[in-house]
Amino acid sequence: MSATAKRLLGIGVATLVVCVLIGLYVGLYLTSAPGSATAAQTSAGAQLYLGTVPAAELNDPHNTWVSYYSVSPTSTSWRHVTTFNLPAHTLVHVTIYNYDGQSGLRNPFISQSQGTIGGGFTLNGKPVQSIGPDTASHIFSIPQMGVLVPVYGVPDDAKNPCSNAPCSLSYSHSTTTFTFRTGNPGLYRWQCFVPCAAGYIYGWGGPMQTVGYMDGFIKVA
Amino acid sequence: MDNVNHFRRLAIIWFFVSVIATLLVVLLLAPILPPGNGSVEASGQVVDNTVLLGVSTPVATAVLVYFIYALIVFRERDPTAVVDGPPIRGHSTIQTWWLVVTTGTVLFLAGYGTIRLLADGAGGGQGPSPIATPVHANSALQVQVIAQQWKFTYRWPGYGGMETPRLELPASRLIEFHVTSLDVIHSFWAYQLGVKADANPGYDNIAYVTTKGPQTFNIHCAELCGVFHGYMFETGKVVPQSQFAVWIAQQRRQYAPGTKALPPYSKQYFPQPQRLGG
Repeated sequence: MSATAKRLLGIGVATLVVCVLIGLYVGLYLTSAPGSATAAQTSAGAQLYLGTVPAAELNDPHNTWVSYYSVSPTSTSWRHVTTFNLPAHTLVHVTIYNYDGQSGLRNPFISQSQGTIGGGFTLNGKPVQSIGPDTASHIFSIPQMGVLVPVYGVPDDAKNPCSNAPCSLSYSHSTTTFTFRTGNPGLYRWQCFVPCAAGYIYGWGGPMQTVGYMDGFIKVA
Repeated sequence: MDNVNHFRRLAIIWFFVSVIATLLVVLLLAPILPPGNGSVEASGQVVDNTVLLGVSTPVATAVLVYFIYALIVFRERDPTAVVDGPPIRGHSTIQTWWLVVTTGTVLFLAGYGTIRLLADGAGGGQGPSPIATPVHANSALQVQVIAQQWKFTYRWPGYGGMETPRLELPASRLIEFHVTSLDVIHSFWAYQLGVKADANPGYDNIAYVTTKGPQTFNIHCAELCGVFHGYMFETGKVVPQSQFAVWIAQQRRQYAPGTKALPPYSKQYFPQPQRLGG
C-alpha cells in the first residue's frame, strides 16, 4: 500500500470515527428524557408520594442541592424524578414527607393553601389551611391548576435531622397530605416558591432554576 | 427610452398604488391590529398603530414601486452592452423636497407619539410619579401587581390590603396598576387591555387602564426571568360591576388566613434577601 493510500485510509477511518461519535451524541441527546413517576391508581383516585430533602443523594451530580423526590408510601424507596404522570379529571391524593428545615416565604400570602379539595390540607394528621410564613420549608404548587400547598419545615432543634436523600421515616420530618382534582390532559409545570437554594443569591439559583430538583412537570393524560 | 420622463411616470404610479395600499391598510388591516379593543388604552393603541401604518405605507410603497420599476425598465437586456450610466448631477428641487418630506414625516410621527403618550400614558408603566395621569385618577381602583418567580399575585389596598392569586376587574372602570416585584425583573403584560409595565424589585411602577365590557384577557410576563418564564402566564377577567363585588367579597373571605400573614400594604416590598436556604 502506497503512502498516499495509507494516508487516505487514515483520513477515512478518522472521519468515520468522528461521524459515529457525533451521531451517537446527537442520538443520545434526542432520545434522553428525564425519568418520570406514575401515580398509583386506586378506587379513591391517584396516589402520589413525594419526599423533600435538604440535599440530594451523595452520588448525585449536585449532592448539596435541595430536592424533591418520588418516594414509596413508607418512604423506603426513593427515585430522583420530578416529572409525574397523573390521570385527567381525577382526584389526586398527595403525601409529602419533608425532611428539610424552615426557610420562610418571600410572599407570606402563599402560606395559605389554594386549590385543594376542601380548601386545606393536613399537617402531621391535623387539618389546617395555612402555616406560619417563616416555618415554610417548601411549596408544592401547580400554578396552571391553581394548586398551592405550603410544606412545614423541620425545626432547627429537631432531634434526628436527615441530611441527604434517601431518608426513612425514623428521621425528623413533617407529613403533609392534600387532594386536588386534575383538569384536561396536558403538560403542566410545578414548582417550589420558597427561596430555598442555599448558597445562591436570593436563594433562587441552582436547584430552583434546574428542572429535576425543586421544579418539574405534571403530565396529565 | 431616453425621452421618457421616468420621474413623472414613477410619481404617477406611486400615487395611485399608495392611495390604494393605504386605503386597504386603514380599512381592512386596522380593525384587526393588536392589541384589539379590550380597553380604552388598547383602542388608542390600535388608532396609533393605524396612524403609523397609514403614514408608513406610502413610504414603503415608494420604495417598492421604484424597486420594481427599476427591475423592469432599467434592466439591461443585452449582456454584452456593458456601458457606464450617465453621470449623476445634483437636482436642488428634488433634494429640497426630499428633505422637507422626510423631515416633516419624522417630526409628525415624533409629535404624534409624544402627544398620545402624554394624553393617558397609553397603558404603559410610568414609574412611581406618573406624568400622564387620567382626569379621574383619584377615583381609580388600585390594584397592586406583585411578581415573583414565576407567578403574579394581586393586592387590593381598597379592600383591606387583601391579596388574590387571580385577577378580575370591574367593567367600565379606571384601574390604577401598581406593579412591583419581590425578586428579579419581570414585566406585567395584560395583552388585550394594552397594559405593559416592568415589575422591578423595590419599585412602584404605575400604569392606568380603563376597562370596557366583560371579557377575558391574557397575562404574560414579558421579561425573561428564569427557567419557567415561559410558563408565567394566566388569564384575567373583566366582569360586570355587580359580579366583581361578589367576587371580591368571596376572595376576601377565602383568603383571609393568607391576608392575615401579610405585611401592611406598601408601594414596594423588601423581603429578606437571603433566607435560611436549604
